[in-house]
Amino acid sequence: MEDRVEATITVNGTRLTRRIEPRMHLIDFLREELGLTGSHVSCEHGVCGACTVRVDGEIRRGCLTLAVQADGRTVDTVEGLSDSGELAVLQQAFHERNALQCGYCTPGMLLTAQALIKEHPEATREEIREFMSGNLCRCTGYQAIIDAIETVLRTPRTEGVR
Amino acid sequence: MKPSAFAYARPRALEEAFALLDKHGENAKLLAGGQSLLASLNMRLAAPEILVDIGAIPGLDGIAVRGQTLVIGARTTHRAIERSEAVAKHAPLLAQAAPHIAHVAIRNAGTLGGSLAMADPAAEWPACCVALQATIVVTSKKGERRVAATDFFKDLYTTALGAGELITAVEIPCVEKGERHAFLELVRRRGDYAIVGLAARARLKGKTLSGVQLVYLGVGVTPVQAKGAMAALEGKTADDAAIRAAQDAIARDLEPNADIYTSAEAKRHLARVLVARAVAALVG
Ligand SMILES: Cc1cc2nc3c(=O)[nH]c(=O)nc-3n(C[C@H](O)[C@H](O)[C@H](O)COP(=O)(O)OP(=O)(O)OC[C@H]3O[C@@H](n4cnc5c(N)ncnc54)[C@H](O)[C@@H]3O)c2cc1C
Ligand code: FES
Ligand code: FES
Repeated sequence: MEDRVEATITVNGTRLTRRIEPRMHLIDFLREELGLTGSHVSCEHGVCGACTVRVDGEIRRGCLTLAVQADGRTVDTVEGLSDSGELAVLQQAFHERNALQCGYCTPGMLLTAQALIKEHPEATREEIREFMSGNLCRCTGYQAIIDAIETVLRTPRTEGVR
Repeated sequence: MKPSAFAYARPRALEEAFALLDKHGENAKLLAGGQSLLASLNMRLAAPEILVDIGAIPGLDGIAVRGQTLVIGARTTHRAIERSEAVAKHAPLLAQAAPHIAHVAIRNAGTLGGSLAMADPAAEWPACCVALQATIVVTSKKGERRVAATDFFKDLYTTALGAGELITAVEIPCVEKGERHAFLELVRRRGDYAIVGLAARARLKGKTLSGVQLVYLGVGVTPVQAKGAMAALEGKTADDAAIRAAQDAIARDLEPNADIYTSAEAKRHLARVLVARAVAALVG
């Protein structure tokens, strides 16, 4: 019944124009229309963080953003940020510290942690916990995730990794 | 869950938004950051026919100082307020409160105007605006009107906003010399809505308090000014006796409702704890 709305969005560096149903969430657009299933979807009301993506460089809830609201913006997902290498150091640390089990929360954890690393590289362990408090994990008990992020923050930066 | 179907409009000017609100009446909903609205649509607590996205209307965001007034556009995000040097300087209460609102990914999208229009009794901005004696600028096709924050929050999720009206800005008197702010909040986990929170403000001369404002969140259907406790501290030296008097008054000021996690008595106790901490923070 309701008309689709045209939107032009740059997803992981590729500009595309689509006619989108207004009620479609950005996360469902990415997963179902574009096949980018790296970002997950779980609670669909903003509490779990599994759907975290970047819009114009800043992390957002993909389930609390309409795809049509991304018209004219850039969207980056875990796929794009893995391919560019931006997340490589963090991914390695998650691997080494056993910071994932089922992996459902991991893409959201990575994007949120990367925002922390960029904005607040001096964060204490307590501050890491506070920053990550909007991302739920049902498996790890969080310690390993905080360990992995802390490892990255405490490791001297090497040229070009970020 | 997924929301039911709706139409979507993205007006480029206020007049266009007013026309859409006029045409669709109760079936239209304004969309700002979407951090409350989309959650409630996803849960199918509401099913508007059309969302009017205010994201492309010029002039609704930004932070400016005009004379002795800090003016914050309604569409300014929680995150922009958190990061603003002008806010830290002229309304430190807001800078202190911002990190308590939800999580970074939500603060990047959620807006000041959306939070005030939503009027969640446990939200930070409504209590801060009351404590700061802010003015809420409301615009409709008939023009602009200004509502004192103290008159804006009417009941649970209910404000002074009428049909066809939009919040366009908030005006906050800049902090004066000797004025102190303190924002405190108790939660189980950073980012949750407050169990109990307190926005406090006073002028300090030596250790004497005046112009005291104590506005609680999470204890009623709207932000609650603890008038007895404010009076107990007014003109007093901030010592243990004054704090005890304020704590005693709190018991009479507040009639908190229990929620699923916290009893009314526990909330009252936490409110007493917070007033003591707030006085310490104001004079500290
Ligand atoms: C998991 C989670 C945790 C949260 N925790 C907190 C918290 O701890 N503290 C807190 O304060 N908030 C919290 N929020 C809510 C968040 O702060 C919202 O951003 C805010 O309440 C609404 O702002 P918005 O811009 O997203 O508004 P929207 O969701 O777009 O709109 C909310 C309502 O306001 C109306 N509206 C929007 N803008 C205007 C305007 N300019 N004029 C008139 N009406 C308007 C809309 O029509 C709608 O009815 C949380 C949200 C989530 C999902
Ligand atoms: S699916 Fe978006 S926050 Fe849970
Ligand atoms: S690893 Fe399973 S939810 Fe986090």
